[in-house]
Amino acid sequence: MNALLFYGFGATAVLASLLVIAQKNPIYSVLLLIASFGALSGLYVLLEAPFVAVIQIIVYAGAIMVLFLFVVMLLNAPHEDTEYDERVHPLLRPGPMRFGAALAIAFGIELVWALNRNGGEAGPFAGGAVSSVAAIGRSLFGPYAFPFEVTSVLILVAMIGAVVLARKEEP
Amino acid sequence: MVGLNHYLVLSGVLFSIGTAGVFVRRNLITILLSIEIMLNAVNLTFVAFGRALGSADGQIMVFFVMTVAAAEAAVGLAIVISLFRHKESLNPDSFTGLRW
Repeated sequence: MNALLFYGFGATAVLASLLVIAQKNPIYSVLLLIASFGALSGLYVLLEAPFVAVIQIIVYAGAIMVLFLFVVMLLNAPHEDTEYDERVHPLLRPGPMRFGAALAIAFGIELVWALNRNGGEAGPFAGGAVSSVAAIGRSLFGPYAFPFEVTSVLILVAMIGAVVLARKEEP
Repeated sequence: MVGLNHYLVLSGVLFSIGTAGVFVRRNLITILLSIEIMLNAVNLTFVAFGRALGSADGQIMVFFVMTVAAAEAAVGLAIVISLFRHKESLNPDSFTGLRW
């Protein structure tokens, strides 16, 4: 049952991610990425990490992707403008892009080969997963209290930076 | 039986899909989305290792990665908006102001 769910969610995530980079219209890309995040959230549930699964949906699919969708609709630029023919699919265009795609595929093959070289850690997980939100919270405000506070400064800086960058210039 | 290696291979595949997206696409929004795919592949690795080691640290790292991803998305999209105001284009090849 677990294996079936793993392969289902994994195939959904990979397929949706492939479609994200194959879409011409960024709005479809954003919506497919939300589907991919939903599948990843299912994988987190299989890994007995319900807290991560929930914040994946609420924060990633709910907040960050809405930000992306908002910008895509604000800019209203549905098509890529390149020197290449519009009718050619973006994945089939020549030149450095094809070289880059070949490099990325080689990178993926290398990763998979390196992970499977010694037979890997193929056995099932041992018991003793930490899935209680209370334990995560205690750890977050205990040993990780300083990084947590620094994170709030990072968010503040990002907020100010976004406001300054996106501001309309005064004439 | 599904073990740690399955999750690592899946996350490696997702990461290389994100890399391919950054190389192949010529649209700033799609490139940012590909970066999000890569960040999520790394998150999956963190959670899988945390599960394998029986520790909560992996999930806490995911929390921090998500925060950084939110900051990155906000700043990145602000940069995209101001670039689009200047050139009316989302093609990264058209931004050559810093080319020597």
